[in-house]
This record gives sequence, structure tokens and C-alpha cells, in this order.
Amino acid sequence: MTSPPVRPPRRRNVIPGFGLTFGISALWLSIIVLIPLATIFLRSAHMGLEQFIAVGLSPRALEAYRLSFGTAAAAGVVNAIFGVVVAWVLVRYDFIGKRLVGAIVDLPFALPTAVAGIALTAIYAPNGWIGQLFDPLGIRIAFTPIGITIALIFIGLPFVVRSVEPVLADLGRDVEEAAATLGASRWQTFSRVILPAIGPALLTGFALTFARGVGEYGSVIFIAGNIQGSTEIAPLLIVTQLEQYNYDGATAIAVVMLLVSFGVLLGINLSQVASRRRMGA
Amino acid sequence: MNRNPVSESRFARAALITIALLFLALFILLPLFAVFSEALKEGFDDFAEAVSTPDALAAIRLTLIVAAISVPLNMVFGVAASWAITKFDFRGKGFLITLIDLPFSVSPVVSGLIFVLLFGANGYLGPWLAEHDVRIIFAVPGIVLATVFITFPFVARELIPLMMEQGKEDEEAAISLGASGWQTFWHVTLPNIRWALLYGVLLCNARAMGEFGAVSVVSGHIRGITNTMPLHVEILYNEYDFVGAFAVASLLAGLALVTLVIKTVLEWRFNLHHAGARH
Amino acid sequence: MISVENIRKQFGGFAALGGVDLQIAKGEFVALLGPSGSGKTTLLRVIAGLEFQDSGVVRFDGEDVSDRPVAERGVGFVFQHYALFRHMKVADNVSFGLSVRKRGERPSARERRERADELLRLVHLEGLGDRYPAQLSGGQRQRVALARALAIQPQLLLLDEPFGALDAKVRKDLRRWLRELHSQMGLTSIFVTHDQEEALELADRVVVLNKGAIEQIGTPEQVYTQPATPFVASFVGENTVLPGGVHVRPHDLEITTDGGHAVVVDNVFRKGGVWRIEGMLQGTDTLVELDLDAAQAAPETGSTIHVRPIRASNFTG
Repeated sequence: MTSPPVRPPRRRNVIPGFGLTFGISALWLSIIVLIPLATIFLRSAHMGLEQFIAVGLSPRALEAYRLSFGTAAAAGVVNAIFGVVVAWVLVRYDFIGKRLVGAIVDLPFALPTAVAGIALTAIYAPNGWIGQLFDPLGIRIAFTPIGITIALIFIGLPFVVRSVEPVLADLGRDVEEAAATLGASRWQTFSRVILPAIGPALLTGFALTFARGVGEYGSVIFIAGNIQGSTEIAPLLIVTQLEQYNYDGATAIAVVMLLVSFGVLLGINLSQVASRRRMGA
Repeated sequence: MNRNPVSESRFARAALITIALLFLALFILLPLFAVFSEALKEGFDDFAEAVSTPDALAAIRLTLIVAAISVPLNMVFGVAASWAITKFDFRGKGFLITLIDLPFSVSPVVSGLIFVLLFGANGYLGPWLAEHDVRIIFAVPGIVLATVFITFPFVARELIPLMMEQGKEDEEAAISLGASGWQTFWHVTLPNIRWALLYGVLLCNARAMGEFGAVSVVSGHIRGITNTMPLHVEILYNEYDFVGAFAVASLLAGLALVTLVIKTVLEWRFNLHHAGARH
Repeated sequence: MISVENIRKQFGGFAALGGVDLQIAKGEFVALLGPSGSGKTTLLRVIAGLEFQDSGVVRFDGEDVSDRPVAERGVGFVFQHYALFRHMKVADNVSFGLSVRKRGERPSARERRERADELLRLVHLEGLGDRYPAQLSGGQRQRVALARALAIQPQLLLLDEPFGALDAKVRKDLRRWLRELHSQMGLTSIFVTHDQEEALELADRVVVLNKGAIEQIGTPEQVYTQPATPFVASFVGENTVLPGGVHVRPHDLEITTDGGHAVVVDNVFRKGGVWRIEGMLQGTDTLVELDLDAAQAAPETGSTIHVRPIRASNFTG
């Protein structure tokens, strides 16, 4: 037997099972996550930069990114605003059915995306419950970017609420009282003291909504319309490429999406670390 | 007049609660309601018929099989990874945790794509697999792989924070009293983490049964053979069989509701448990 | 002049304050002393406007401020755990009260920064304005909290357990320094404490509270030497209760050769410049504590001595 590739625990530890559990974890992680994910970068490395740019940044792809990133950002903003309201109400107020409301917030985590997708389409289609209210005004929701944004709002809401809730609950009342004794109005206290305190958590919630929204497929394709150049989202473009057995095209688009998502998450993580260091949390 | 310095006026409270409830009703509850309403639009008989066609039954069976394979696998992995991460110090621990979370930030479609690149006809292992007559993509193994990837983090994510908080004193005490590693796990660790484990398994299962994007890419949509329930919903919907699509969808929505109820009950129990454990 | 008239406050079924009256003159330094649950913090918060009384009146200079919100009372309040704004630099914390003023009354950013630096100098924290609270020690945070409260130029300074979270050495330095600051700035100050030593050392007047009622108001000297009730006698300073409700301090007992109370000595140890003798009143389980000049020979453990009060407070009934 050769020595294991990873150093054994540095300190002596009486608890057994490191080899077994670490082995299982590393093996499983490699088979399921690492090797498959690596293929995507391997494949794009084979392509050469020129070809990569030609497919990954083609006009059609750029349109799709713009739509996906744009709607994901819009949904993130809407969720940031209403997510804070929902979290605030859940943390600060008592009302009948609060526990039920708290449970409902998690529905988008539990409901299969395709189910959400067809339901939202049924509601917002021109003859649907809400769609028919807007149709006479000449506003179409389903099969337009508005519909996509609504689907992404549905998918992303729990991320913001669940990120902000614990921070809001932990925020000391004395800090708000201090602001009041110094002459701050309730609104000033909120905007100058509470909002900056929950800011990092809010940013995390926004980023998670955004990252999830960029890649979301099931809830979006039904309501999106899928018209090339106007309502074709990036994940759908990947699927289209795959259906035409254009693996390189699918890979290039996937890499661009992955890099942007990771970039956003990394940037936000770094800013969190910086602010946490300052605030000593 | 509002005199409490750290609260809002009664009017502001009522307004905020109303906004929150309206927002949730419009964006979250209405879609759920629509599923059941559309499913039962033509009466219960049509609903029952739609969910008992051979294709629907095959889809239900496949969904159950896929969940029955991928959930236990990820449960074993989740427990093993949490044990290694929380009971030992080693280099690269933070990296390992990041990797476990990775599938959360990958688009479902990309999750499917990576397995196509690996095992598909034009993929790295495609020719070899074809030679040996092994089918992964457009077959059940591909669906299982994609599902395992997507649901990979759920169990470990629930266990790691809890086991971190509980530390390793209990286990050290058991070992010092002569218990073996397995005895320690069964009699000391497992009772401490069972609710969190159940919670993680529950979420893992909900996602495994409901996954659409990743499975869609690797499945090939062969009716009766590689169609899971969410994929069957899509096929029926695209064929304008709305009652059928919503009928199958309502089964999945029912699963989601059951998941939410158990989850809420568990969280409720957890809180009691935590409050009690502090003393 | 602060006047508190017949203040009552209930929390659920619990009476935190049951009809409290108190007058505080301009420039006084007053301690609210009592055990936890005595209502001392509630009283402080009612005066600040952070809590509202169920009945009774709070007056500032004769004017009824009972309905005035905290933001308009203009009192400086220092919180027990400082309640600094963690996301703001120290200087921004200090000038927060100026920056939330109405447009027109609000000083410019430069004036605010100057004012903050001035206050930071006053609390001996010059040069730390650009730090974040997390980068300061406990004692420094305490002084930032004080500077922040002083920035709005309050007439009245309220402090809730101002030294509670600090270690002994820092606490001692800060006490002396707070006392100086109080007189230098001509403030009226009220602080809450459960530490009788702190109250006696710092305050002009001590208000002893118990179970939502005032037991005694007096100078530290009065409260210590002439306790008005058995509660004050036992809460302020060390105290032995001899038969007949006689409360006596350890240094007010002497050893006699004729008569007095027989005490079996359990334990003798040195406490500063004196011997502290602990023993049981013979035939009872009453603990007696007595201080004996360390120049004298200490009695043996197990021996029986006779003691007699030199000075005592007698409460009957």
C-alpha cells in the first residue's frame, strides 16, 4: 500500500473513521462532481479560443445572456425589496397564521420547477387569471421577459428571506434604541442602522437569487416563449445546441454562464469577508 | 400615537403585513392553487384517468426508482463527509466544503450537460461505452447520475453545521468508555443528528423527485422508459393535454406540500430541542 | 431638574415599578442601586423615554415630558453593552446624533467630523476615529458610547450598568474618569448599578430600589451608616443580623471579655489591613463576620470568642 494522498489529522485524535469517511467523501465527490465538471473545461480547452468566442459569444448567445442575466438581476432586485419586507414581518410582528406563512416561503424550494413553470404560464397567459387582466391593456406577461422575471421571482424569494431572517432576528434592540436616543426617526434608524446591518445578508440573498435565476430552466421555459433573440434564455440555448449534437456550442455557453455565476458569488463572498472582518462578526 | 421607540405605528405594521401577505399570495400561493384548480377542472374522473395511463404510471415508477437509488447514496455520502469534516482537522477542509456546495450554483442544464459530455455519443467515454453496449445517456443510469449530482449537497449541508456545533466530546467520551467506532456512531452520534438527517433526506428526496432541467438533458424523453414525472408533465403540456399535465403536476405538488409539512414540524421540534439542549 | 412622580409600570402581571417618586437636582450624580428585578433599569428607561409608564408623570424642569418620544427628549443614554453601530467608523458613531438632525439644523460633514474628533479627544480616544468598533477594547468602546451620547449635548446623561461588562482594573480607572467628566461638563447624570461599592464611590446620592419601590434615598454616607430598612442594611455593605433585629457591620463589632454574644470561630483570614473572622453565633446557624485590626493576634479556629456591637442599626418588626 502506498501512503494516502492526504495528510492524516495533524493532532492525534481518538475518534476513528477518518480514513473511511474521508475516503468515501473524496471518492464520491470526485466521481459525481469533480470529474464531470472538469470535462466541461477540458472540452472547452480543446476548442481553441477563436472557436470558443465564435460560439460562446455569438450574437445569439449574447442575446441569451442579456436576457438571462437581465431577468435574473431584475428578479433579484424585486426579491431583495419584498424579501426584506417578508423577513421583517416574520421576525418582528405577531399575527395569526404566522407559522403557516413562514412555511409557505419555502414552497419554491420544495415545488418541482416544471410544476411551477406550467402553473405560472396558466396564470399569466393572455387567457389566464392574471393575464386576462393585462391583455386588454396591451400588456403581455407570459412569453415575454416580464413572464421570465416573474418565474425567477418565484424561484428566488426563499433565498432572500432565509438569508435576511436570522440576521434581523439577531440584531440587538439596544442598537435601535441607541439611534432613537440620539434623535433618529424610525425611518432614519431603518435606513442608517438596520439596513446596513442586514446589508451583507441581503447581498448574499440577492446573489443566490441571481445565480439561481441565471441557470434556471424548468420554471422558465414554459413561460418564456423561447423565441430566438427575444425570449430565448441561455440554459435553453444549451439544450438547443445539445439537441443538434453541437457539444462544443453547448459547452462554450455553459462555460460562460458558469464563469459569470462563480464570479458573482466569489465577488460577493470576498466583500462579505471584508465587511465581516471590519464589523468583527 | 406610536410611543414605542423601536417599533412602527399600528398603521405601518398593518401595511407591511398586508404587503408581505399579498406578495406571498400572488407569487407563491397562486401558482400552487392553479395546479390543483387546473388538474380538477374537468372533474375528478378525468384527473384519475390522467394519472393512471400506462405512461403516467411508468413515469411515477421511474421517479420512485431514481429517488430510491440516489437518496440513499447521498445520505451515506452526506454522513461520511460530515463525519470527516466535523470530527477531524485536515488540510483543505474549507475547499472540501466549497466543493460539496458546488452543485447548488451550477445550472441544472449544465449539470446534465457534463454527463452528456462524459458519456454521450460524442462524449469522452461515448465510443467505449457504445462498443461495450452500455447505455448511460438517454437511459436510467444517466438520469440517476444527474439526480445524484443535483441532490449531492442536501444531506451534508444539514449535518455539517449541527455536528460542528455539537463538537466531538460525546464521541470522545464513548470511545474512552470502550465503545468501538461503529458503536459510537450508532449509539451516540446518530441519535444526536437523526432529525437533521431526516430533514436533509427529506429535502434531498423532494429535489430528486422533482428535478427537471438536468434530467431533461440526459433523458432523451422516451415515453414509458426514460420519462420521469416532471418530464411527463412537460410532454403532456406540449401536447396541449393540460388536464393530464396538471394532474401529474398535482401529484408532485402534493409531494411538495407533504415535504413542507414534515419540514415545518421538524423545525418546530428542532427549536424545542435546541432550547432544551442549552441548559 | 428631573422629577419623577408616582410612576407605575407593569410587565404582564409583574409590577416593575409600583409608584416611584424621585427628585434630582441639576448637576447631581445619582446612582440607582438594587438587585436585578428591582426596577432600577426600568426607571432609567422610563426617564429616557425608552419605556412608557402606565401612570405617573416625568418632568424635565417642571415640564411634563411623559408623552414626548425618546428622539425628542434629548437625553444621552449609554447602553450596558454600548450598542455601537458596528458598520460605522468610530467617528461616524459619535456624530450619528448630529447627522440625523433635520436639514437646516444639521451641521456639515466637516463640522460633524470636527465635533466627533473633539469628543474623541475628550474621552481620550484621539486618532481612533477611523477605526471600527470591533477593533477597540471594551473600555474604549465604552468611551465611544459615552462620546456618542455626549455629541447631542444632553443636559441629562443616563447610564445603564456602565461598567458591568468591564474587568476590574479598567472599571476602576473609568469610574474616576467618569466622575471628572461629569463635573467638568456640568451634567446631570443618573446611572444604574447592582454594585454597591460603585454606587457609594461615585454618586452624590444613592437611590436604593427593591421590588419596584424605593427603600432609601440618601448620600452614600447616610445609606451606609444609617440604613433606613433591613433591606438597605443587608444590601449595602456587609452585614450580620444579631438577635433582636440588630444589623451590624463587620468593623462595628469588637471582641469583649465580659458578656456579649458567644461566637465559635470557623475561619480566619487576612483581608487587606484586617483579620476577617467568620464564625457561628453559639447554638444557632447565624453567620457572624467581624474585622479585627491585623496588628492584634487573631483568635484560633475552633475557639469561642465574645463579641459586642459598637454601632448598629436596630429594626424591629
